[in-house]
Amino acid sequence: MIEGIIVEGLIYGIMALGVFLSFRVLDFPDLSVDGTFPLGAAVMAICLTGGMNMGLALLVSFTAGFIAGGITAVIHNKLGVPSLLAGILTMTMLWSINIRVLGSRANLPLLRTETILTSIRTLGEATIGETAALLIFFVIVVLIIKLLLDLFFHTDLGLTMGAMGDNEQMIISQGVNPEMVKIIGVGLSNGLVAISGAFAAQYQGFADVNLGQGIVVSGLAMVMLGEFLFSSNRIGLLTLRVILGAILYKAIMFFGRYYGYYINLTPNDLKLLTGLLIILSLILTKYRSKSLKFRRPAND
Amino acid sequence: MIKLEKINMIFGEGTPDRNHVLRDVDLQINKGDFITIIGSNGAGKTTLFNVVSGNKRPSSGKVIVNNKDVTNHPEYKRAKYIGRIFQDPLLGTAGNMSISDNMLVAGNKGFKGLKISLNRKKREYFREQLKYLDIELENRMSDNVGMLSGGQRQALTLLMMSLSRPELVLLDEHTAALDPRNASKVMELTDKFIDEYGFTVMMITHNMQHAIDNGNRLLMMDEGRIILDISGEEKNSMTVESLIKKFHDIRNKDFATDKTLLS
Ligand SMILES: Nc1ncnc2c1ncn2[C@@H]1O[C@H](COP(=O)(O)OP(=O)(O)OP(=O)(O)O)[C@@H](O)[C@H]1O
Ligand SMILES: [Mg+2]
Repeated sequence: MIEGIIVEGLIYGIMALGVFLSFRVLDFPDLSVDGTFPLGAAVMAICLTGGMNMGLALLVSFTAGFIAGGITAVIHNKLGVPSLLAGILTMTMLWSINIRVLGSRANLPLLRTETILTSIRTLGEATIGETAALLIFFVIVVLIIKLLLDLFFHTDLGLTMGAMGDNEQMIISQGVNPEMVKIIGVGLSNGLVAISGAFAAQYQGFADVNLGQGIVVSGLAMVMLGEFLFSSNRIGLLTLRVILGAILYKAIMFFGRYYGYYINLTPNDLKLLTGLLIILSLILTKYRSKSLKFRRPAND
Repeated sequence: MIKLEKINMIFGEGTPDRNHVLRDVDLQINKGDFITIIGSNGAGKTTLFNVVSGNKRPSSGKVIVNNKDVTNHPEYKRAKYIGRIFQDPLLGTAGNMSISDNMLVAGNKGFKGLKISLNRKKREYFREQLKYLDIELENRMSDNVGMLSGGQRQALTLLMMSLSRPELVLLDEHTAALDPRNASKVMELTDKFIDEYGFTVMMITHNMQHAIDNGNRLLMMDEGRIILDISGEEKNSMTVESLIKKFHDIRNKDFATDKTLLS
C-alpha cells in the first residue's frame, strides 16, 4: 500500500514539477496541463501499440507536450490574451486531438501491450518483487528528471526564466525576448506533464482522454502541500519539496478514498477534498509571515 | 548618433480621451552628450524615453540609430545598445534572485542559452565590480536582491546596466524614489560611471539645480514639445531663477510642477 502511494506520488510528481515550473517559476498560470497529461498518455499508448521503441515513444510524448505548451504560450504572446484563457483554449482543443491520436476512440487499453512498466515488472518478478522494482524504477526516473531540472535552473536560460517570473521588464532590459522564454518555459512544463501522463497510462494499463480532468488543480495542490514542508531558496530543495508534496497529496487522497466512508465520503468527493486542500493552503499561506513564492537559489 | 524625427505620440486616438503627448519632436543626440531634461508633470518626458527605448511605438515619426531606422524594432532588441533605469528601484533587478545571479543575467545581453556561466572567475569579476560601488555589496553576493534597500538596489541596477556598456543611457528620475542620502549616493555613482565609461546619457530630473549642474546640454519640455535646448556657456551660466524666467518668457505662463520649485 505505502509503496503504491509513493509510486503514484512519483508518477504525478513529474506533472507537479511541470506545474511548479509554470505557476511558480514563470508566474504563468497554465491550464493546458489538463490536456497535455492525457496527450502524453495517448501518444505513449499509440506509439507502444504501434511497436515503437519505448524510449523513443517517451521522447515523442514529451515533444508532443512541449509543442502543445508552446502553442499556449504563442496564443498568449501573439493574441495578448491572459495565460489562463490561452491554457483553456489549448486544453479544450486537445480533448478532440487526443481522441484523434487514440484513433477516434476515447480509451485505449494497454493490457496486452509490452510497456516500459511491464518490462520492469517482469524484471522484478524474477528478483526483488514487482512492487519493489517499480518503486526503485520510479525513484530513479524522478531523481534523474529532478536533477536535470535543477541543472537547467542553473544555466543562463534557466536563470533568465526565474528572473522573468519575477520581473519581466528586467529581462527585456537585458535584451531577452520574453515571448521566447515563455514558449520554452511553458513548453518544457507541459513536456514534463506529458511524460507524467505517459507513465500514468502504463501504470494504469490504459490511456483515456478523460485522464486529465482536473489534473492541474491536483498538481497545484501538490506544489502547495510541498511548500508547507519546509521553506528554502535553493532550487534543489524547491524541486524536492514538490515531489514530496505529490507523495503527500497521494497519501491524503488514498486515505480519503479508503477511510472516507466513515464520514460518508465517496470517491466522487475527492475533487472537493482537493479544492478544500488548496483553499486551506491559501488561508495558511496568508497567515504565514514568510512569502512562499518561488525564490531563486544562491548559486554557490 | 541617435536622431528623433518629427515624433508624435497620441494616446486614445478616436476617443474622447485623446491625448496628444508628443508634438513634432525633433532631436539629435550626439555621441558623448549628457543631456538633462526638465519639464512639468505630464510634459511627455517619460513618453519620450518610451519612444526612444522602444517600449512604445510613436504614432508618427522616426527613431534613427546610427543611420538605421529602428522605429519598429522591439524594446528587447534595442536594449542591446540602450540602457534604461527607472524611477522604481524594483524594476531594474529580480528580487527573488541573488545578486550574482542578477549580474549574470545582465552580463551579456541577448538570448541566453544552456550554458552554466557562473564560475569562480565570473564571481571574482562580479565581486570586483561590486567593490567599485563601495556599499559593501561584495560581501552579500548570495543574498536575494529583495533584501536590499531601494538605494542599494538602484546602485546595483546602475552597475548591471554598465556591465554591457550601452551606447545610450536613459535615466528617468532614477533617484526620485530614494531618501536624500541614498539619492545623492546614487547620483554620485552615476557621475562616476558616466566619467569612467564616457556614456552618452539622457537624464530626466525634477531637480532644476541637478539639471544645471550635470551634463553638457539641457532640454526643457512642456506640453509635448521641447521648448528649450541649450548647451555650453549658455547652459553653464543658468541659474534656477533664470531658468524659470526663461520658461515664463517662452510659454507665457508659470512653470508649474509640484516637485520642482523648492528643490
Ligand atoms: N500608456 C499611456 N496611455 C495613455 N496615456 C498615457 C500613457 N502614458 C502616458 N500617458 C499620458 O501622457 C502624458 C505624459 O506622460 P509622461 O509620463 O510622459 O509625463 P512626464 O513628463 O514623464 O511626467 P512626470 O514628470 O509626472 O513623470 C500624461 O498626460 C499621461 O497621462
Ligand atoms: Mg515621468
